[in-house]
Amino acid sequence: MMWIFLLSDTFTFGALLISYGTIRVSQNYWPDPNHVFNAFPLMGHANLPLAFVSLMTFILIMSSVTMVLAVHEGHKRNRAGVEKWLLWTILGGSLFLSCQAWEWTHMITGSHAVLVDGQIKEIGATITQNPYGPAVPGLMHDGHAVTTPGPVGFGGFFFGITGFHGFHVFSGVCLLVLAFVWTKMGRFDNLGHYEMIEKIGLYWHFVDLVWVFVFLCFYLI
Amino acid sequence: MSSHEHHTEHGVASPEITFAHEPAPNTKRIWKTFWILLVLTIAELALGLSHYAFHLEGFLLLFVKGAMIILSLCKAVYIVSIFMHLGDEIRNMRLTVLVPLLLFIWFILAFLWDGVAWRNLRNRYDKPATEQQAVPHDQHKPKAD
Repeated sequence: MMWIFLLSDTFTFGALLISYGTIRVSQNYWPDPNHVFNAFPLMGHANLPLAFVSLMTFILIMSSVTMVLAVHEGHKRNRAGVEKWLLWTILGGSLFLSCQAWEWTHMITGSHAVLVDGQIKEIGATITQNPYGPAVPGLMHDGHAVTTPGPVGFGGFFFGITGFHGFHVFSGVCLLVLAFVWTKMGRFDNLGHYEMIEKIGLYWHFVDLVWVFVFLCFYLI
Repeated sequence: MSSHEHHTEHGVASPEITFAHEPAPNTKRIWKTFWILLVLTIAELALGLSHYAFHLEGFLLLFVKGAMIILSLCKAVYIVSIFMHLGDEIRNMRLTVLVPLLLFIWFILAFLWDGVAWRNLRNRYDKPATEQQAVPHDQHKPKAD
């Protein structure tokens, strides 16, 4: 049953990503991810394209590995092993969510000078506006190039799709905590198998799988 | 012999599990997959950064983007077949999951085609809108004064 649910979820994410793609190719201009995603915590205004999202991707792949190790220990019915690897996976998921929270905060609150209706405004990225349009030639403000507003769809798709993925990660972390408590209580030892860990593992890998494509569509292409 | 008993028991306890687990003596396969995924991700990043560093255009840019898509699909195959054990399932189970995904080929082609057609139509018939997009605000402001 988990596979059928994941299949339906694949279509949900697929629909979201394909509608994003449709809007994107219908525009003459779309922001370059290397310019949008170039910040890193505690590094100020250093230009580090894709560095932070690489870290997030690494964290999620790593948590997928610890999850598969937990399932592996489950096959061997080694309770201590399952507990250990579940904890690492919970840590990885929580770290990923924290990273996403930082990234969103940075994008929403970090404002840029943008020319709107002939006036320079400081705006951040939200679902209704974003500062990632093409630069206005020769116009500077406080030492930064002034841009035009970016395509309206960018914010909606970015926050919508990464948000929906983040919601999946959050649900996954909740399930993992539940699995950890059940393991600790000896529920699976009483049942005689660790199948629930396997099912939650499937879900967790699916979340990683979706991130592969979110990463591709928003950050790489 | 004991491992065989374990499989039978497992099968009875859980009808949803359609394959017998390998005893999997070690975690070598998992770590091997991890390294493959890591290398693929680094390759993707290198390509992503290369089109930033060298300002690629036209065919070369398309080639780099295509390469990143193929690398992502490789990652997906590894995650699904090794981490999610779909590669170890019986054939019918694999087909049940994979065949519906073929619809995506048509979805992607049809919708992206539509998006491009939309842009072409707009660029051809909706001239003022495209001019506003292409010409920054400050360049046509003075003419209005």
